[in-house]
Amino acid sequence: MSIATVNSPRFGALGVFAVAYLAFIYIPVLFLPLFSFNDSIYIAFPLKGFTLEWYGKMAESKGLITALENSLRLGGVVAVLSTVLGTLAAKAVTRYRLPGSGPTVAFIMLPLVIPGIIMGIALLVLASYLGLTLSLFTIGVGHLLITVPFSMLVMISRLEGFDKNLEEASSDLGENAWTTFWRVTFPLAIPGLIASLLLTFTISFDEFILAFFLAGTEVTLPIYIWSQLRFPAKLPAVLALGAVILASSFVVVTFAEWFRRRGVQIKTSSGV
Amino acid sequence: MAERVVAAPFTAPRPNLIARIRGLFIRSEPLRGYALLTPTLLVMVLALAVPLAILVAYSFWTQNYLTIDKTLTINNYAVIADKLMYQSLLWKSIKISGAVTLATVVLAYPMAYFIAFRVQKNKLVWLILITVPFWTSYLLRVFAWKIVLGYNGVINSGLMSLGFIDKPLEFLLYNPFAVVLTLAHAWAAFAILPIYVSLEKIDRSLIEAATDLGDGPVMRFFRVTLPLSLPGVIASSLLVFIPTVGDYVTPKLVGGTTGIMIGNIIQSMFGKANNWPLGAALSIYAMFAITILVCVFLWFTKSLRKNVA
Repeated sequence: MSIATVNSPRFGALGVFAVAYLAFIYIPVLFLPLFSFNDSIYIAFPLKGFTLEWYGKMAESKGLITALENSLRLGGVVAVLSTVLGTLAAKAVTRYRLPGSGPTVAFIMLPLVIPGIIMGIALLVLASYLGLTLSLFTIGVGHLLITVPFSMLVMISRLEGFDKNLEEASSDLGENAWTTFWRVTFPLAIPGLIASLLLTFTISFDEFILAFFLAGTEVTLPIYIWSQLRFPAKLPAVLALGAVILASSFVVVTFAEWFRRRGVQIKTSSGV
Repeated sequence: MAERVVAAPFTAPRPNLIARIRGLFIRSEPLRGYALLTPTLLVMVLALAVPLAILVAYSFWTQNYLTIDKTLTINNYAVIADKLMYQSLLWKSIKISGAVTLATVVLAYPMAYFIAFRVQKNKLVWLILITVPFWTSYLLRVFAWKIVLGYNGVINSGLMSLGFIDKPLEFLLYNPFAVVLTLAHAWAAFAILPIYVSLEKIDRSLIEAATDLGDGPVMRFFRVTLPLSLPGVIASSLLVFIPTVGDYVTPKLVGGTTGIMIGNIIQSMFGKANNWPLGAALSIYAMFAITILVCVFLWFTKSLRKNVA
């Protein structure tokens, strides 16, 4: 982004507000990487000096590495499953005129408007009712609940964007449903699929509210971070971890957005 | 799901029945649509509807030390109705979330407006800039405010090194205001995106028409832009309000004793206090209150839109 456009008179007071707003959302977050390089166990000004010690501590921590592996595995599985479910549902509501599709969609979107804590305890109660041991599996079910609606929203906006006639043309030309799917629907849906995979992965990777209730002995990264926040001595290593997550999210989100927009621009229809 | 439709030709031991089912599938759009929807609906029923039903059942049971007494009783709700603490805690949570929603939406609107109407090129860059901080760990984002507001935090140590104050200000952290500030920061992106989408969808010729018919910028905004962007404002409000009422992380990290919310009590019922039935009743009660408030809010905005139109 060029600063020159912001400063041009056309932007005026709104432009000033926008920059102040960006400062408001960025400055607190940027303290995480700043203090992760600070050579002091106390998180306070003035800064003492530059060190990479906390990054070393972070890499040595067995608990952290295990939690990271758990979160990556969980996020991967949740992303694939929720994208499959979200895509099927999105295809159903965008392709077919369904009686009662309004209430059905509303039901699938319900987790967006239920406080996370309530879904968390409801699933905990179900698990205990069925005698299930809490594990990554129970966390995964909780995460599916909140990622499927997001995946479906992304896929609806993608599938609405392309021409229904393409699929009909394919079947008219003699392809069966399976080859039509692989040769027409799938390639057109790819940008949406990638956006959905990345979005659902990130949601699962960062989710704490439900995971807190549904975790057994295998912890995810947010649960590990939560357990570390109580120990001041461990905090700098947690900040180092926060900085790493911030940097990698930046790469992933930029890539995802770029990919999604690129996909949308090809058809130029359907806004965001 | 496509395989469900094409599975028929490969398994043809009873051609009549299968051909009939296949014919039905090809003829009936709703059937094919619902076949595609089945797996998703199944997951949502098993992971949402069933657990919520059991949660409701739990709220009518009783905790007997380590066992659950499954005799139906409304005792838990009587306890909630009886103890003022639960009422005032829920009311306080609603007020905090209401303040968070108001602050988030009021701050987000001009930002969304700026991106939708003032930014000509690189809208994508602005959207990415706004989204990036929110894909970092939620816990660490909340924790960041502890760094900013804390006793040895950024504001205190900054003001002290500049000589404005002699000893740290203690009122910054551990109070409802810190909770509102932290949540308003944590949920900003959720408010901006829906408002941006609804602003972006507005047909620009409508705004030109208002100008041609003699409306100034202010009148034009209140008579055209704002009413047309109300769906986005409503969506943002709900997306921020509903999850924040039940949040227990932020109050626990930055709220102190005066900043605790209903989520903290519900959480403790499933943890230290170990009274699942009462916790279940509290969450049903909270969800009921939230639903009523949301309905009132939707009814209010609907009549508002009618009046404007």
